[in-house]
Amino acid sequence: MQPFVIHKGRAATIMLNNIDTDIIIPKQYLKRIERTGFGEFLFDEWRYNDDRTLNPNFELNKQSNNDVSILITGENFGCGSSREHAPWALTDYGFKVIIAGSFADIFYNNAFKNGLLPIRLDKKSRDELSLLSKNAELTVDLENEKVIVGSQEFSFSVEKPLKNKLLLGLDDISLTLKHEDKILAYEAAAK
Amino acid sequence: MSKTLLDKLWEQHVISGEVGEEQLLYIDLHLLHEVTSPQAFEGLRFSNRKVRRPENTFATMDHNVPTKNPEVIEDEIAEKQLSALRNNCQEFGVHLEDITSYNQGIIHVIGPELGLTLPGKTIVCGDSHTSTHGAFGALAFGIGTSEVEHVLATQTLWQRKPKTIGIRLEGKLQPGVYSKDVILHILAKYGVSFGTGHVIEFFGSTVTNFTMDERMTLCNMAIEGGAKAGLVAPDNVTFEYLKDKVTGDFDAAVEKWSRLYTDDISLYDQLLEVNVNEVAPHFTWGTNPSMGISIDDKLPEITDENDRRAFEYMGLNPLMSPDEIKIDNVFIGSCTNSRISDLLIAAEVVKGRKVNENVTAIVVPGSKEVQREALKLGLDKVFTEAGFEWREPGCSMCLAMNPDKVASGKRCASTSNRNFEGRQGKGARTHLVSPAMAAIAAVYGHFVDVRKELSNATICNS
Repeated sequence: MQPFVIHKGRAATIMLNNIDTDIIIPKQYLKRIERTGFGEFLFDEWRYNDDRTLNPNFELNKQSNNDVSILITGENFGCGSSREHAPWALTDYGFKVIIAGSFADIFYNNAFKNGLLPIRLDKKSRDELSLLSKNAELTVDLENEKVIVGSQEFSFSVEKPLKNKLLLGLDDISLTLKHEDKILAYEAAAK
Repeated sequence: MSKTLLDKLWEQHVISGEVGEEQLLYIDLHLLHEVTSPQAFEGLRFSNRKVRRPENTFATMDHNVPTKNPEVIEDEIAEKQLSALRNNCQEFGVHLEDITSYNQGIIHVIGPELGLTLPGKTIVCGDSHTSTHGAFGALAFGIGTSEVEHVLATQTLWQRKPKTIGIRLEGKLQPGVYSKDVILHILAKYGVSFGTGHVIEFFGSTVTNFTMDERMTLCNMAIEGGAKAGLVAPDNVTFEYLKDKVTGDFDAAVEKWSRLYTDDISLYDQLLEVNVNEVAPHFTWGTNPSMGISIDDKLPEITDENDRRAFEYMGLNPLMSPDEIKIDNVFIGSCTNSRISDLLIAAEVVKGRKVNENVTAIVVPGSKEVQREALKLGLDKVFTEAGFEWREPGCSMCLAMNPDKVASGKRCASTSNRNFEGRQGKGARTHLVSPAMAAIAAVYGHFVDVRKELSNATICNS
């Protein structure tokens, strides 16, 4: 996994609560056996008309949003299914950071495993960021846990182990296998 | 020191890590299905790793399975995904209940049926409705595909211990009201994220009187409240369910399982109390499971942008009454409500009646075992004579990954668990209900209060 230290990019806002995983990536696209190629189907039902032309009213289809990598959104983002296809679709589309009021537990975990940084900020900060991001790039500094735009700074906090793994781009399984002796001991005791 | 059920389950499985930090948990049972596992096996292959405990890993096919003729998979991509599971299970030595196998079914139906789901176990699956297995007093939760790979390779997971919510259910359900209505009522009251970061333990006299099937329906939808898992402490009902399913010294197992309960309810981080006496049949009107009301009520007014969008998507107006909502499809099935008791309830309601001419209705048993039991009881005939289609086991119309879909703009009364936009097909409109409410909606072509339709004593809610 690529380390995540500082990310600079433009943001789009979809300020709705409870954006669920069926909206992020509808299940008819979950049949692929690869991890890639899901970006095309991100927010599929909102993004496309029935004839697969782009819905011009959808936020991400607006000209001004064609190179965004940060999403600002509402409460309980990513609720619903456990599908990791949701972060795969978001990262494949180009998103690196999701700023929400809160996240569903499984999505939150899945995001970190894919180098996608989920940031929790209160509504007031998100509204301000959303306004400021219209004309400016945001800087997301994971090390210092800050979102910076112009002279404004917004602090967030991330659980330390998740932060460290993301900063270093560490592979979970190799880390766990360092505990092999303890796993073996547990299995022996359980018999 | 007194402990919660979660404390006990957690402590028995911690391998490493400090209290309050991420801890390494041992996983006793890993369930797999075709949709969330291929990339995990690919990861193993890429890193030249093995499945650490194939004997603790169990797979089946459910999401993609066509329920009309399971052996004919016309969707090439689905076929590729099913073949991938078949090949992966063979290569890595994992037991698979294939589409035509004797024990195939929805993973959350067959785990308990086969005695794989046991009190005190840690159980994971790349599927959020893994919470179902918590009904047995197992710590069971859904994980993503990276975590599936992690469990395959190490039989462990790094987890931060969740907090607990105790929900005490007291009282007796009215005839025609079921555990599905209770969980829809809880979601309508507390929302879709009150459980985030928590495990919900259900207890109280109502839960004690619930069958295992009813407890599974409750725990199945704990995830819809945002909870990591649902739990019910194992008791005599649990042991009775398991006694013919377990090999080895059953008495010794029961003695061990009998210690799995919360010592003191003041230990929960939060305690919620629900009196079920007054709970009416429920149905959802909107686009998340908390957007539900009692059949006695009218649809709510619009209070924010989320409501406005939900009404627009669902093609409904505020203050409509339930009988004004016309139904096009009825789906009885899914890991929430496809067990034999669910089918019995629905069959009692439709017996001697006909499906409304404007409604297409299907019944999909949760497993081959449920199907065999239903055939023995002649339920298939009751349903087909009423005008239902009787299908083969699978996830079916719950999630539109197989040929069973609801057409755009059509409205489905569904016994499943999610009413998200597009869940049952692009533009499809889902109303979540109990099997009894779905069955009676099939007959009338709109929602009605099933309590008023129950002929004297032919139906009990047990």
